[in-house]
Amino acid sequence: MNVATEHRPAPRLDLERIQADFPILSEQIYGKRLVFLDSAASAQKPRQVIDAERMVYEREYANIHRGVYYLSQRATDAFEAARETTRAFLNARDVREIVFLRGATEGVNLVAYSWGLDNLKAGDAIVLSTIEHHSNIVPWQLLRDRLGFEIRVAPVDEEGQIDMAAYRGLLDERVKLVAMTHCANSIGTVTPIREIARLAKEQGAVVLVDGAQAAPHLPIDVQEIGCDFYVFSGHKTYGPSGAGALYGRGELLDAMPPWQGGGEMITRVTFEKSRFHEVPHKFEAGTPNIAGTIALGVALDYITGLGHEAILAHEHDLLDYAMARLGEINSLRVIGTAREKAAIVSFTLGDIHPHDVGTILDREGIAVRVGHHCAQPTMDRFDLPATVRASFGIYNTREDVDALHDGLRKTLEIFA
Amino acid sequence: MFDLQDLYQEIIIDHSKRPRNFGPLEGANRHAEGDNPLCGDQIKVHLIVDGDTVRDVRFEGRGCAISTASASVMTDTIKGKPVAEVKALFEQFHRLVMGEEEPGSDVLEVDRLGAFAGVRDYPMRVKCATLCWHTMNAALEGQDDPISTE
Ligand SMILES: Cc1ncc(COP(=O)(O)O)c(C=O)c1O
Repeated sequence: MNVATEHRPAPRLDLERIQADFPILSEQIYGKRLVFLDSAASAQKPRQVIDAERMVYEREYANIHRGVYYLSQRATDAFEAARETTRAFLNARDVREIVFLRGATEGVNLVAYSWGLDNLKAGDAIVLSTIEHHSNIVPWQLLRDRLGFEIRVAPVDEEGQIDMAAYRGLLDERVKLVAMTHCANSIGTVTPIREIARLAKEQGAVVLVDGAQAAPHLPIDVQEIGCDFYVFSGHKTYGPSGAGALYGRGELLDAMPPWQGGGEMITRVTFEKSRFHEVPHKFEAGTPNIAGTIALGVALDYITGLGHEAILAHEHDLLDYAMARLGEINSLRVIGTAREKAAIVSFTLGDIHPHDVGTILDREGIAVRVGHHCAQPTMDRFDLPATVRASFGIYNTREDVDALHDGLRKTLEIFA
Repeated sequence: MFDLQDLYQEIIIDHSKRPRNFGPLEGANRHAEGDNPLCGDQIKVHLIVDGDTVRDVRFEGRGCAISTASASVMTDTIKGKPVAEVKALFEQFHRLVMGEEEPGSDVLEVDRLGAFAGVRDYPMRVKCATLCWHTMNAALEGQDDPISTE
């Protein structure tokens, strides 16, 4: 993460205001202040997002793209406005390139079954990396079992960074797709995604980027990255669950067959044949998450309103502070120390099982994720069954890091 | 308020750090594997069943303190007991950690199984305490498929 080094002071987040925006942060857990360090699993929601979703139901709810009446038009307009917001968030060229879905998982599956089924065959290869989330592994395995292509895996070094030389070595004319994460949820590595995409393109491969973890932390520019597909989930960007988006390069989306069939995605249906809508509607069969998608637009506006530069500076500070405070604990080992890293710290504490650490922290009001983080190949790479993961968001503070530190000390005492 | 000490009792910490009956078992005639997909824990239970009696039992695998201690105490407890009694203990233990039975029953206290009563206040940890029992039970019944807590 390169924070712009200009000669003006870096913009800062107004933390008090942000915390006041998130109602859940005033909840008490077992009588203690909630210290929420699991935003990488799902982020909390600001009042603006909650209000937006409620507002839709109270003031402008109707099904979209089909009613001739006022409310349906209003809901449709709001839904389509969210598409423009998402386009701008990803810096896609055209609003037609934004397909609304449930989230990153559904995005990968859409690409696998629409693009993949038509474009991959026995003798081809695709490239993933060790540090993928299961949602960018399993859909490809399911398809591989049907089509017989080869899955190649770009390894990571001890720090958890993609081994670029090894990656280059995997690329040859058989490689038709590179599907890789922009930021690893399990250990926080931010991958050199532009370079990854550039090398893949040199081989003529299509590039899918899993942006589920990058979207809440990093500015995203799909044109600059040079990818063909980019997926993310609204619930990790302070938006509702069940709302997310797929960016697909226009020419590719146009050429791809529909994935799911149903209402909304057709222009004319007879039993002999159906004609399909244009993109993106071709890929949006059935009634979507209307209110959630509208609120997703509000969540993206919220992030943009805070400013990526300020978010990066804040999260960098938290990461540095967390590494320093956790570094004071001798038996603590951080997994994933990439130079480019989001504010996600995965670690083990002596030989205390992460599950026990999680239970003890929980009683202190501290929510962390323990386990394999839907990234078992990453755990295998570091020869661990599980880690404790603290992940930070815009609302976290240095006090939260201190609370984590104290909670870990207490854990050590119990196991002394 | 729940007290963490109720869950992490000394005996549990002790057994988790120094598990008894840990490792492979020569001459074992019953085996089963158990998985807890939530945390990635795996356990193997080996038994020597001689007629109606559990002659010996050992376990392998890595897990959290609760699951390791539970397996350790379980193996200590059931060794040498008739199969029918072992099955009854399993039932009783299950009721205990589910909060369906109060600790204090003679058998449980004697065999230190009562130490796991605190688990009832941590519903997400019940599976950790019962995985070894389910696995042992599967070994007794001669099931070959891995047992899963899911
Ligand atoms: C890197 C990464 N990719 C994909 C996903 C899947 O996202 P979702 O469950 O929202 O579809 C996640 C969520 O944990 C993730 O962290």
